[in-house]
Amino acid sequence: MAVRAPSSDLPIALENASVSVGALTILDRISLAFSPGTPTVLIGPNGSGKTTLIRLAMGLIEPTSGRITFGGRERVPPLRRAIVFQRPAMLRRSAAANIAYAMAAAGIDRARRPGRIEELLALVGLTGFGERPARRLSGGEQQRLALARALARDPEVLFLDEPTASLDPAATKAVEDVVQAVVARGIKVVMSTHDLGEARRLAGDIVLMHRGRVIESTTAAEFFSTPKTQEARRFVAGELLV
Amino acid sequence: MPGDASALQLVLSADPALMGIVWLSLGVSLAAVGLATIVGLPIGALLALTRFPGRNACIVVLNALMGLPPVVVGLAVYLLLSRSGPLGSWGLLFTPKAMVIAQAILVTPIIAALARQTLEDLWVEYRDELAAMNVGPVGRISTLIWDARFSLVTALLAGFGRAAAEVGAVIIVGGNIDGFTRTMTTAIALETSKGDLPLAIGLGIVLIAIVVAVNALAWGVRRTGERFAG
Repeated sequence: MAVRAPSSDLPIALENASVSVGALTILDRISLAFSPGTPTVLIGPNGSGKTTLIRLAMGLIEPTSGRITFGGRERVPPLRRAIVFQRPAMLRRSAAANIAYAMAAAGIDRARRPGRIEELLALVGLTGFGERPARRLSGGEQQRLALARALARDPEVLFLDEPTASLDPAATKAVEDVVQAVVARGIKVVMSTHDLGEARRLAGDIVLMHRGRVIESTTAAEFFSTPKTQEARRFVAGELLV
Repeated sequence: MPGDASALQLVLSADPALMGIVWLSLGVSLAAVGLATIVGLPIGALLALTRFPGRNACIVVLNALMGLPPVVVGLAVYLLLSRSGPLGSWGLLFTPKAMVIAQAILVTPIIAALARQTLEDLWVEYRDELAAMNVGPVGRISTLIWDARFSLVTALLAGFGRAAAEVGAVIIVGGNIDGFTRTMTTAIALETSKGDLPLAIGLGIVLIAIVVAVNALAWGVRRTGERFAG
């Protein structure tokens, strides 16, 4: 089982990192750093490369060219990073067992697990759902369980790939509340969305992506008040970037 | 139909000769499925989770082996175990062990091929999550097998059905020796050719009843398990 890495994975720094599949360039020479602090929100239309950037920063894929470092080190296994995928896969077990599995995989002491499971279920508003089969939960509940499962690993950085993409407003609010609670605990959140409202509500920093490139990377306040590029101005104005 | 009444009588009175044949058949087929599971499940898991040159060819061959003719397997095992064969010194020919080996060879490709499909489907779903949780190869395989356990029961059932129903392999390597290697299927073949239809029909009834009962049990286990595990 995994042993806790003593040093921090932050900042996660990309230097001229590109990802290509055959002749198709999905990420084009990205240079960017995710540092401790307020949430970084990746925005941009579908196909702009947000998901691939998240997978790259999580360490699930390697850059085709350029490099990525985690706290100055290369190829660091994801012991202190966690992710919630856009469509999280629930293990065919109870909600509590899904969380317990993540803890076991992270090498968390067996004695600590039961109490922590209850705590996490409460954090995501699923108290009393522990014994339910995870796959029978609603979409919003599964998304929150995926959040609890990711947090069970005690990460210092949490990636969220469009966590509210297919949820109704009530479920979206529930997920956003959890994200804010996570941020309050000092966990670095990096999330993608194509919902401008969500970006305004949650972002500390904004990274605008378009066609595999970073168009603008700045603080949320600056991005929304004085967008520098034409694409950013159009995006903030609610126009369609295609 | 002649002999119906006496066939039923044999079944209902649990005739010792008939019960001996039933227990041997069950023992041989269950042992063969057990052996085939130990060999076939890891093969299926390996093919589901790994990518290597020639993998597709392996899958095609494995799928084709599901249709192995029992008499050919019987012949091959006979040649291996016969006195002048490479494993002749083991003295296994015309014993229940030889029958287990022959049936296990028949059943292994079925379990491996069906397990491969089941595990690969689940792997596609779980791959990213397990990678993100930094789960190693052994953990991945055990997680997939555990989470697919109710679907894998179907693969084992298919194997059991094949083993319990085949006659060609066990008659060649077992020899159909009364009270020693006579199974339900070989007895049915023999008794029918001798004209002793009551015993043949009685055995036929028991064989079908066992296959139905095992399937019903497995279906019940699967339904109950899925309700609790999701």
